[in-house]
Amino acid sequence: MLKYTLNRLLIALPVLVGISIISFFIVRLVPGDTVTAMLGAHYSEEEAQALRETYGLDQSLVTQYALWIGNVVRGDLGQSAFTGQPVLAAILERLPVTVQLVAMSVGFALLMALPLGILAAVRRGGPGDFSVTFLGLLGISVPGFWLGTLLILGFSLYLGWLPSGGFIMWSVDPVENLRHMILPALALGGAVAAVIMRMTRSAMLDVLGEDYVKLARAKGMPPRVWILKHAFRNALIPVVTITGIQAGYLLGGSVVIEQIFSLPGIGMLSLQAINNRDYALLQGTVLFVGVCFVLINLLVDLLYAWLDPRIKYG
Amino acid sequence: MKEFFRRFRRNRLAVAGLVVIAFYVVLAVLAPVAAPHDPYAMSADAMLAEPGRDHWLGADPFGRDIFSRLMHGARLSLMVGAIAAGIALIAGTLMGMLAGYFGRWVDAVLSRIMDILFSFPDILLALVIMAILGPSTVNVMIAIGIVYTPIFARIARASTLSVKEAAFVDAARSMGARSMHILWRHILPNITAPLIIQTTLSFAFAILAEAALSFLGLGVEPDAPSWGIMLNEGKNWMEHAWWVAVFPGLAITLAVLSFNVLGDGLRDALDPKLRSSGA
Repeated sequence: MLKYTLNRLLIALPVLVGISIISFFIVRLVPGDTVTAMLGAHYSEEEAQALRETYGLDQSLVTQYALWIGNVVRGDLGQSAFTGQPVLAAILERLPVTVQLVAMSVGFALLMALPLGILAAVRRGGPGDFSVTFLGLLGISVPGFWLGTLLILGFSLYLGWLPSGGFIMWSVDPVENLRHMILPALALGGAVAAVIMRMTRSAMLDVLGEDYVKLARAKGMPPRVWILKHAFRNALIPVVTITGIQAGYLLGGSVVIEQIFSLPGIGMLSLQAINNRDYALLQGTVLFVGVCFVLINLLVDLLYAWLDPRIKYG
Repeated sequence: MKEFFRRFRRNRLAVAGLVVIAFYVVLAVLAPVAAPHDPYAMSADAMLAEPGRDHWLGADPFGRDIFSRLMHGARLSLMVGAIAAGIALIAGTLMGMLAGYFGRWVDAVLSRIMDILFSFPDILLALVIMAILGPSTVNVMIAIGIVYTPIFARIARASTLSVKEAAFVDAARSMGARSMHILWRHILPNITAPLIIQTTLSFAFAILAEAALSFLGLGVEPDAPSWGIMLNEGKNWMEHAWWVAVFPGLAITLAVLSFNVLGDGLRDALDPKLRSSGA
């Protein structure tokens, strides 16, 4: 297992370097530079030059990259050119919001997807299966930002049960924190629930055809036992994998949902960085999300190998 | 081929998806002549008009007819979907085939590039590309095309790896056929099935991505009748006029759903092994 882990880490390393190069150079291609964005319409060339020197923007791109990556390795992602706040601090400040949003979305998705996916597989070909299959297709087709809009319309504006946006820290008021996060989590988790549901159904169908499940049924075991103990446990591996991969994608999907519900997370931070042409902040958030995405996929791979002893650790 | 059509016809959901897509295509083609109103014409009298005889699906906060804008929006969405999926299909297939066929350093370099592109959540990568290129319809197509290129590359690479070991490829090689000839005439025709399925699904993703980017203000031109822009404009008026946000969202969902069921149907018809598992 250790050899497999090291092997996977070695494969991930060039990807991480690639992410850092893309994160750095891609934002340098954004039209207009930070200095002009900071100084507004009226400024002298001397002021602009002084600022460029302060932020190292007057040096060659390769030098800027070398300096930047050296600092990144030491945990210094630079300073936001707009607020002056260290980029890492800004990201870490917003991280709990996005992590909570993603965690609640995955939780909601699993709660909905697993029972429905199992039901569809067990009742294959029946109306229940058809309904769940269609629900799954609908789930991956509904845009999260429209689902979010409809949830606000229904639960905030008409029924008045839940707030339509904003964020309250868990440490300040846990109940209000949850009330503010329910609708965003539902909106973000809808598509993930659909993907997990489809995978659960498919994995269960594969396992239900296996001899050991047929034997368990033939021995007269109650459905609860052969479905959950024999079939579902063995169908779990691809479900775990797809859940992990989806959790990574949610980091990106949160951009739109955070915008709709005014949640101060990483997604909102990257949008602000784009709109303010804040290079340091944008490359920091893009790098951070990219690295998180790779690490999540790495963890999923390791979990997969750990769960399924048939995978060779080579 | 006959067997394919027979299998496809039996999948009622997929046929329904194809019919809905055909309906959208008709709407899109006829938009300039059949739309009841000018999609850009503002009218103070029609501000937030309810759905009725004059405005079948109501009017937006600027008094523009929602149905007419949805018709023109269909043109935009289908065009973006087709061209973005086309860019991803061509670029991804080319890279995947080269990586799979030549192996060694070509495979190592191209696969790492794909791995890196895969390492960014799709919408974030599209957002950053749009921030570089600036909002415009052409740029949206390019951004979405780049984002979905790796998936085609992976599919094409995997398929090429299995096909290149086939006897007919060995035969062509031993007869002195050049690599490009083998790739074009012998390998490509044998890896089209999964690529067709992925193109259909990417069409759906592209429509969703365009709407999401436009919703965030980083998609097509701000005055274009994009479904995403319509939804963004409508969300602030929902309390007083639900129709401004509900109909554009319905249009997106129905279009994406249709492409998804079509993609599933094509996969079932082209690959009966998958059909039995329901994957």
